[in-house]
Amino acid sequence: MTSYCKIDHVDKVFRRGNTETCVLKEITLDIEKGEYVSIIGHSGCGKSTLLNIVAGLTEATTGGVILEGKHVDEPGPDRAVVFQNHSLLPWLTVYDNVRLAVDKVFGGKKSRAERDAWTLHNLNLVQMTHAKDKRPSEISGGMKQRVGLARALAMEPKILLLDEPFGALDALTRAHLQDTVMGLHQKLGNTVMMITHDVDEAVLLSDRIIMMTNGPAAQIGEILTVPIARPRKRLELVTDATFLKCRQRVLEFLYERHRFVEAA
Amino acid sequence: MNMTVAKSDISASIPSAPTPPAAAKIVPLPLKQTAMNTRLRAGLVRVASAVIPPLVMIVLLLTAWQLLCMRPGATLPPPSKIWTEAYDLIVDPFFVAGPQDIGLGWRVLTSLQRVAIGYGLAALFGIMLGTLIGQSVWAMRGLDPIFQVLRTISPLAWLPISLAAFRDSQPSAIFVIFITSVWPIIINTAVGIRNIPQDYRNVAAVLQLNHFEFFWKIMIPSAAPYIFTGLRIGIGLSWLAIVAAEMLTGGVGIGFFIWDAWNSSRLPDIFIALAYIGIVGFLLDRIVAGMASIVTRGTSAN
Repeated sequence: MTSYCKIDHVDKVFRRGNTETCVLKEITLDIEKGEYVSIIGHSGCGKSTLLNIVAGLTEATTGGVILEGKHVDEPGPDRAVVFQNHSLLPWLTVYDNVRLAVDKVFGGKKSRAERDAWTLHNLNLVQMTHAKDKRPSEISGGMKQRVGLARALAMEPKILLLDEPFGALDALTRAHLQDTVMGLHQKLGNTVMMITHDVDEAVLLSDRIIMMTNGPAAQIGEILTVPIARPRKRLELVTDATFLKCRQRVLEFLYERHRFVEAA
Repeated sequence: MNMTVAKSDISASIPSAPTPPAAAKIVPLPLKQTAMNTRLRAGLVRVASAVIPPLVMIVLLLTAWQLLCMRPGATLPPPSKIWTEAYDLIVDPFFVAGPQDIGLGWRVLTSLQRVAIGYGLAALFGIMLGTLIGQSVWAMRGLDPIFQVLRTISPLAWLPISLAAFRDSQPSAIFVIFITSVWPIIINTAVGIRNIPQDYRNVAAVLQLNHFEFFWKIMIPSAAPYIFTGLRIGIGLSWLAIVAAEMLTGGVGIGFFIWDAWNSSRLPDIFIALAYIGIVGFLLDRIVAGMASIVTRGTSAN
């Protein structure tokens, strides 16, 4: 029985001239439907490369990704990405950025009015309806990320890929957005794969945390299941023993067993 | 005495605390009016500061010119002489007194018509070819060196070849416009296409936009600032080229008018024609720049 999404023996080797750099080695991971999986590791360990391989933006050197029994090797809206730098098109309004995706994915299936309603519905999910006629340059970083999220959700992806979606935000905005994402995951039941380098964020949001060893030739070092019931409340978790234990496990992995040597 | 007055003023203002609100009630209205006045005045000052300096300079330059060319034996006519001798050209741009005796407005329109065709073709062709070159490394490698050489050729150097090819002055002039303005459009478009951020390409890839959608929805808006830089350089070059081309090909245009005026020793007319060319060139540049700021609004700001 195959899983919902299977990353199967993925290797990635970058070639530049005669030098070969092995970035990822033997990555195998099964993701269940509705599961929230975080991938954590030091910078440069190839976690973004792994996400790009699942997204189809980068090709695996060997191995591959199977989603709902189908091999995927090119990008598509069934694996919508929320990019770290939001990647909204600056010449389109907030509404039009989401509408572009809606029109593309549901162009043949939904009427014009339905697509309009669906666009507004998704903007409403991330509480951005009030700024629908603004351009990306007129809204804050957190808002841009919300719109990016709405655009991805509007594609009704089989798996939602978040590439350090909160990385460029200040701590308060980040916490607010994490709550939004948590609420949406609860409500919509999306399958999510998130790249992060924030331990608290990983523990708070994930069902499982995939810890990557340092590159080159990064591997999955350890997988931690977070046995905290949902819905989770940020404030309650601060003193929750399970939360603290999970947090400690990840910190130990990152800072003791797999110290990032090049840092500092 | 002064000291005591000041002191009593202060002591009076402390107990009379309830009075300020009453005063404040009266103050807002005049405040608003002065705000309106200052805004109006600021607007007037801005207009004046934009208009008065160039006007002063024009008057100074005309005076200097008048003084220099008034002396007997001066080779060029002074402004006063231009005014009297070319009076009909100045006051009525659109008179028709005969097949070759028409107002400068008509001549400029004839020239503009040629520019419109030649430049329009150059814009269309330049953006298409620039897109191709920006997209394809091999097209870039093959064509860029050729373009870099061709673009340095003077517009007029193309004229004999185009006359030989088209055997008619009208298409030849249009071809010269085309060939002059097409290079900056091609090159800038190519640069713009090459500079499309990877982020936008990723978005397009995830959305599975086809080539046509990618061209219209990502490429053109993203490269628009570059394309319009090319278009702006192009329109300037076209206007430079048309005057030169018309001098040689003849016909009705403003360029031929200058040549004709020279041959019939009507120097004042030439000065008026130069003024027309300058103003029209300036307006063309402003029009393209205005289009650019409308089309690319939001694009450059990120």
